[in-house]
Amino acid sequence: MPDPADIAAFRFGFGLPRRAGQGETPAALLAALAGPDAGLRLWPAPGQDRVQALARAADRLQREMRKNPGDEARRQSYRQALAAVAALAEQQMLLTLARALDAPDSLRERLVWFWADHFTTVARQRTQAALPGALVDHALRPQVAGRFDAMLRAAVLHPAMLVYLDQSASVGPNSQAAKGAKGRRPGLNENLARELVELHTLGVGAGYGQADVRQMAELLTGLSVDKAGGQVFLPGRAEPGAEHVLGRDYGGEGMAPILAALDDLARRPETARHLARKLAVHFLADTPDAALIDRMAAAYLAQETELLPMYEVLLADPAALAAPMRKARRPQEFLVAALRALGIDGAALLALPAKEVQRGIRLPLVAMAQPWQTPRGPDGWPEAAEDWITPQGLAARIGWAMAAPSRLLPGGLPDPRAFADTALGSLAGETLRLAVSRAETRRDGVALVLAAPEFNRR
Amino acid sequence: MADLNRRLFLRGGAATLLGCSAAAHPWLTTVTLASGRAALGDNRLVVVILRGAMDGLDVVQPLGDPLLARYRPTLGVETGAQTLTGYFGLHPALAGLLPLWQAGEVGFVHATSTPYRDKRSHFDGQDILEAGTGRDVPEPEVRDGWLNRLLQAVPGIEAETAYAIGREALPLLAGAARARSWTPELRLTLSPQSRRLLEAVYHDDPLFHEAGMAALELSAEFVPGKMAPVAPGKGKQAEIDRLAGFATDRLLGETRIAAFSLAGWDTHRQQAGALAPNLAQLERLILQLRAGLGDVWGQTTVLAMTEFGRTVAENGTRGTDHGTGGAMVMAGGALKGGRVLGRWPGLEEAALYDRRDLMPTSDVRGWAAWAMRGLYGLERGVLEGAVFPGLEMGDDPRLLR
Repeated sequence: MPDPADIAAFRFGFGLPRRAGQGETPAALLAALAGPDAGLRLWPAPGQDRVQALARAADRLQREMRKNPGDEARRQSYRQALAAVAALAEQQMLLTLARALDAPDSLRERLVWFWADHFTTVARQRTQAALPGALVDHALRPQVAGRFDAMLRAAVLHPAMLVYLDQSASVGPNSQAAKGAKGRRPGLNENLARELVELHTLGVGAGYGQADVRQMAELLTGLSVDKAGGQVFLPGRAEPGAEHVLGRDYGGEGMAPILAALDDLARRPETARHLARKLAVHFLADTPDAALIDRMAAAYLAQETELLPMYEVLLADPAALAAPMRKARRPQEFLVAALRALGIDGAALLALPAKEVQRGIRLPLVAMAQPWQTPRGPDGWPEAAEDWITPQGLAARIGWAMAAPSRLLPGGLPDPRAFADTALGSLAGETLRLAVSRAETRRDGVALVLAAPEFNRR
Repeated sequence: MADLNRRLFLRGGAATLLGCSAAAHPWLTTVTLASGRAALGDNRLVVVILRGAMDGLDVVQPLGDPLLARYRPTLGVETGAQTLTGYFGLHPALAGLLPLWQAGEVGFVHATSTPYRDKRSHFDGQDILEAGTGRDVPEPEVRDGWLNRLLQAVPGIEAETAYAIGREALPLLAGAARARSWTPELRLTLSPQSRRLLEAVYHDDPLFHEAGMAALELSAEFVPGKMAPVAPGKGKQAEIDRLAGFATDRLLGETRIAAFSLAGWDTHRQQAGALAPNLAQLERLILQLRAGLGDVWGQTTVLAMTEFGRTVAENGTRGTDHGTGGAMVMAGGALKGGRVLGRWPGLEEAALYDRRDLMPTSDVRGWAAWAMRGLYGLERGVLEGAVFPGLEMGDDPRLLR
C-alpha cells in the first residue's frame, strides 16, 4: 500500500528521499509554506538590479557594435557582455534546480514553478536571457504564499512581462507621443491586454469580448520600460480619457487606474475559479472535482485573494493524498526527482562542468519537449500526461535514465534494489521490484527505476 | 499475423517475466509495420499546423486593393511582393515557391478560417483547428483530432499509416485510431534484456505501455542521420531538413499521412523581420518534400493551416494583432494549384469582420475535407459528420488534378 507521506512527497514535492525537516502531512506542508523561504536562504537569487544592469550593458554594446560595423574591439566587448548575461541565466537555472533539490519546503518550490508557468515569459533576445528568471525570483517567489493581487501587480509590471508581451512598445493612438511622432505614428499593441485577461486572470471561458481587450490595451498605455530596463509609466504614451473594462470605468492619471483594474481583475469570481482549476489540475488530476474548485475559489474570494487558504482547501481534499497517481511529472520535475534520488544535491549540481550541464540537463530537456524557459507561447507548458508521455518524450526519459546516472556518479551506481526503495519508497510496484532484480547491470537496474511509470507519475 | 502475436505477447508481458522466460520472443526480432496502402491507396497527405496565427494578408497580399497600403504602411506593398495574379502578390520570402506556383504545384486559399470567432485566443483557436469541431467555442468532450477521425473512418488502418512528427504531442492526430508519433533525432540503445524488462514494467499502465512500446519499436528501427535527401542546412533549416527527411522517408514507405507543426507566427511587433524567417522555413519544407519525394510528389498534397488570421490594419508596433480570416497554403504534385481560391471579401471597412479583421468567407475544414475526398474517396456524409461535425462542404472546388 502506498504510504500517504510518499504520495505527498511525489504530488506536492520532488519525490524521495525527503530532506531533513521536510513535512509529511498537509498540515506540515502548509506550515512550512507559511514560514520563511528555506530554498531562497539556501540558494539566494541574483538581484533584479544585477540582471537589469547586465542586460542594459549588453543592449548598449550591441547598439554600438551595429553603429560601427567592422570594429573588432566593439564586437568583442559585446560578445563578452552577452556571455555575462548567458552565464547569469545559466546560474539562475542551476539555482532554481538546486532549490528544488535541497529545500525542505518542496511545496514552495513546486508552487514557484506553477506560478512561473502561469505568468510565462520568454526572453525575446539573448541580451534579455536573464529577465524571465528575474521575474520568477523577484515578482512571483515572494508572493507564492501571499496574495494573488500583489503577485498579479508584480508580474504584469515586471520588465520581463512588459517586453515579452509587447507592452513596452504600445502607445495610445491619441496620446501626445502618437500625435507628436514624426513619420509613422506609433499606436496600440493588444498583446499584454489580451493575455492578462485570457491567461493571467479571468480565463478564456469568461464573459469578456474584443471591446474589453481593446479598452484594457488602451488602459495599459503608458506602462513601459525605461532606458535602464526597469518598469516606468510614460504619461505621454497614455491614451487620454477613461476606459471601460468589464463593466467598470477607469479614469484618472498615471498608474492608479491601471492598478485599480488589476486589483479588480484579481477579485473577479472568474479569476478565482480559473486559478483554482489550474491549481487542482496541476497538482491532482486533469479533470478535478468541480466541488473542490468551488470550495477553493470561495476560500480565495473570502480572504482578499490570499493564496494559502486556497492551497489549504486543495491539500485537505481526500483526493490530495489518495492513489492512483494520474499526472505525469513534467521533464524538469523528472530531472530534479532523478537527481534527488541519485543523491545529487544542489552543491554537486552547481559544481558540474558546463559541458555536463549542457549534456545532462539542457539538451535532455529539449528532447523531453520542455526546453528550459522556452514554452511555445504565453500559455506555458501543457498539463495532460498524454502531452508528455509520448513515444518520443518517453524515449528521451529512458535515454537519460540509461546514460546520465553513471556519468553523474563516477564513484559508482547504487544497488538497483536499494535504489528502488530510495527513489520510490512504498510506491514501487511488485513488477518493478522484480524487474529491477533481474536487470543485467546496475546501470540497467537504476535506469528501470527512473524510467518506470511509478517514477514518472505523481 | 506477426503483429497479432506481438500484441498477445505484450498482454502477457508480466507473466512472461515472472515465468523467467529468457527466450527471444517475436517482438524483439520482428518489427511489423503493416501497410496503409490497402486502406488509403497511394495518395499522400501532409498537414502542417502553423502555430501562432500566420498573417494571411502578408503572405498572399491583395496588391490590387489600394486600401492595403493605407492599412499597412510598413507591410504588404513595402515588402516587395512577387506577382501571383493580377490582384494578389506573394511575400518575397516565399519567392522560391514561384516556379511551383507556375507549374500548378502551389496554391492558396484566402479569407478562410475555422468556425472560431471573437475571443481570438491562440490556444482555443489551435484546439478548434486541430479538433476540427464546428462550433465557435472549444468542445472539451471532443478529445481527438480530425486527422485521427479520418483514420477511424477508414477500415484497415495500421499505425504506420499516419505519423505525427516532432518532439511535442500533436492533438491533430490524437485519438482512438492507431498512429505513430516520433521525432527523427532520437537515439536509444538498449540491450534485449532491458527492453524486455521495460516492457514488463510498462505493461499495466496503458499510457506508458502505448508510448513505451512505440518508443522501443521506433528507436530500434531508425538510426538518426540515415536519411538526408537534400543538401543539409544550418540551425532552424537543419531542423526543417530533419523533419522533411523523416517525413519523406516514411511517405516513400507505407505511410500515407504525415503531420507536424511549425511555431512562431505570432507577429505582434516588427512583423517585417519576424515573418520572413518563418516563411523561409515553410518554403524550405515544401521544397525539401518535393525534392525528397521524387515521383511520389505527384501523389502528394500538402496543406498548411493556421488558427486564425491577423488584423487587417498594422498595429502601433509595426506588427499585427489577432484577427479572424486568414490564408491556407497548399502544395503538392497532386494539387491543381496556380490559383488563389476562396471568395475575396474586400478590405473596405464595412466588409471586414468586426470592422478590423479579414472577413472569413469559407470554413478551412471544407478545403481539407475536399482534399481528403479527392485523395481517399471518402464519402461526403463521413466528412461532414464523423470527421468534421457540422461542416457543410458546399460545391466541389476541384482542388486536385
